[in-house]
Amino acid sequence: MRTLELAIDFEPIRGAMPAHHAVAGAGQLRELCDQARSKGARLVALWGSDETSRSEGYALHLALALPSGLLWLTVPLASDHPRYPDIADIYPGANRMQRATADLLGIRPDGNADQRKWLRHGAWPEDAFPLRKNFDAARRFDPGPDRYPFVKVEGEGVHEIPVGPVHAGTIEPGHFRFSIVGEKILKLEERLGYKHKGIEKLFEAMTLEEGAKLAGRVSGDTTVAYAWAYAMAVEGATGTEPPPRALALRGILLELERIANHLGDLGYLGNDVALSFGFFQFWRLKEDLLRLNAQLFGHRYLMDAIVPGGIAADISAPRAELLLERLEKIQREVLALKSIYDEHAGAQDRFIMTGQVLPALAERMGLTGFAGRASGIAHDLRIDYPVPPYQQLGPRMASHTRGDVAARVSVRFDETLESMRLVRALVQQLPPGEVRAPLAPAKPGARGVGWIEGWRGEILVALETAEANRIHRLHPHDPSWQNWPLLERAVMGNIVPDFPLINKSFNLSYSGQDL
Amino acid sequence: MYHLLKQIAKIGIVTEPAPHPDAALRAVEQRLGEAILKHFGRSLAIRHVDAGSCNGCELEIHAMNGPHYNLERIGIKFVASPRHADMLLVTGPVSRNMEVALKRTWEATPDPKLVVAIGDCGCTGGIFGESYASCGRVSNVIPVDVAVPGCPPAPTAIMQGILTAISSGERR
Repeated sequence: MRTLELAIDFEPIRGAMPAHHAVAGAGQLRELCDQARSKGARLVALWGSDETSRSEGYALHLALALPSGLLWLTVPLASDHPRYPDIADIYPGANRMQRATADLLGIRPDGNADQRKWLRHGAWPEDAFPLRKNFDAARRFDPGPDRYPFVKVEGEGVHEIPVGPVHAGTIEPGHFRFSIVGEKILKLEERLGYKHKGIEKLFEAMTLEEGAKLAGRVSGDTTVAYAWAYAMAVEGATGTEPPPRALALRGILLELERIANHLGDLGYLGNDVALSFGFFQFWRLKEDLLRLNAQLFGHRYLMDAIVPGGIAADISAPRAELLLERLEKIQREVLALKSIYDEHAGAQDRFIMTGQVLPALAERMGLTGFAGRASGIAHDLRIDYPVPPYQQLGPRMASHTRGDVAARVSVRFDETLESMRLVRALVQQLPPGEVRAPLAPAKPGARGVGWIEGWRGEILVALETAEANRIHRLHPHDPSWQNWPLLERAVMGNIVPDFPLINKSFNLSYSGQDL
Repeated sequence: MYHLLKQIAKIGIVTEPAPHPDAALRAVEQRLGEAILKHFGRSLAIRHVDAGSCNGCELEIHAMNGPHYNLERIGIKFVASPRHADMLLVTGPVSRNMEVALKRTWEATPDPKLVVAIGDCGCTGGIFGESYASCGRVSNVIPVDVAVPGCPPAPTAIMQGILTAISSGERR
């Protein structure tokens, strides 16, 4: 393994993915971020923690993706003045994460940082901080006032369209404030946090075994990736080695989740350009796959299939054959539908040059996941850090540089087909043996990192253990944090009726970022 | 166009029969008279409200509109506004940040109206329970007629819940 790219003392974090931990003073933070940025490091997550129970004040945590692996950087902060320098000018994606950390812990950035609330709304008062250890999770407040200063666009003919939190379709709740002239979008400002249901606080009342079920429900459409990331973090923190057969099966489950989500979204993308044929065809295929999931693994969305130590459901040889046979059928249909989409002038006319995020903007703002790959950001954890079961498979990266809806459609098709190849390879080389190892007990204060390329992008689970196999702090991080701000940019200059299409081409999670 | 038509002809119709109502899903006895139910049974407009789910239940609601279930064929359709709706289909534990929005949506729905709570979270608060951030089950915030458990409930189970709400069967 290469040494760390930054001039800082570090120690390795045990686990499946290459990861290191380092401690830095608040005074060094900006300098380190600048250095990291110049080495091409991405900001994966930013969160805070209450360490007063260990008489250490508070802490800010950053996860940075360096070529050598993940760097978990902890910045201790004093209990009477938990402040740190704003880094949102270096990593724009940090803005909302900093605001959420302020809402939940009272840790605030200095400087010219955006100090508006983000997750809080009116459910708890400004001077209460749910993730502080002395905050009683069962405490209820009367709903308070919820004023939120949107940025106003002024000028002749400019008007606003407020949308949500309850939307017109079957979508998660969030508020979109459009400033428009005629049909053209001048600015979109998102307001999220409506689904905040106290997930991080819940984790802190759980044992390492209990947390697995909750991890699989941070964002239901990404249940496999979260469950795997959670299991990986717990296995790292406890020093548990999942058996090779379990790892291969996890790979199969993760790719099946990717295929199912892409199939569903490709259908909706057809629907959103008035090609309802696409919706019905793709949702037929998705339904076939979901039923196969239920038949083989006991759940349509594969919830609770991955557990710390391994997996909960094994698959027999004849059933593995059935999986290959059905997948082959679905693949043939996908190829037929791909050529229909490609040749459909009406659909392509709506897809091409709509909702564009150019590579330079994507790089600067930190666009991630398949949307990043459609805008020239060539990162994929399965390829960047090849660990089992992906090591021997040589996954191929899907990419595009135009960054429009058509590029995201193209990447989704390519990734669907590549995932089918990966499932085939994994099934054919499925190692024999056990599928679950007993979980070793965790020492208090042990760290674990789970880092998985989910269908939408990279899922991070950062774990620190407490006494008696419990969780001291756990931050599950969804790539939607990074990508929501880019949706605001992607719609600029487009017409309002194209918003649903552009939105669906990203299909970001509300639940995953609202926590 | 030829390939598109060929594909449609090749696949044909995959829609399956709809499930029957199940009175065991009722939270309260039927409040609506036969005359109203007769109309609802032929044309029901649903407004979906996600009040804080993990988005798993939404996946199954989407699936219900797909070709295997094809909800519209039995006269049930999703509408864009609560003002057009006869029924609210509510998912999730109700987050405190969605409490006001859910109440307002319910108030905006014209009477007579029905509410079906979807999923373990909608029925009981599920794994999220009640806390500083969660009001728990849907019936803690608005009146619920039928509750469909499951994590998430399969499309057939959700359809059954909807059909139960517009049937005259009594609570078991």
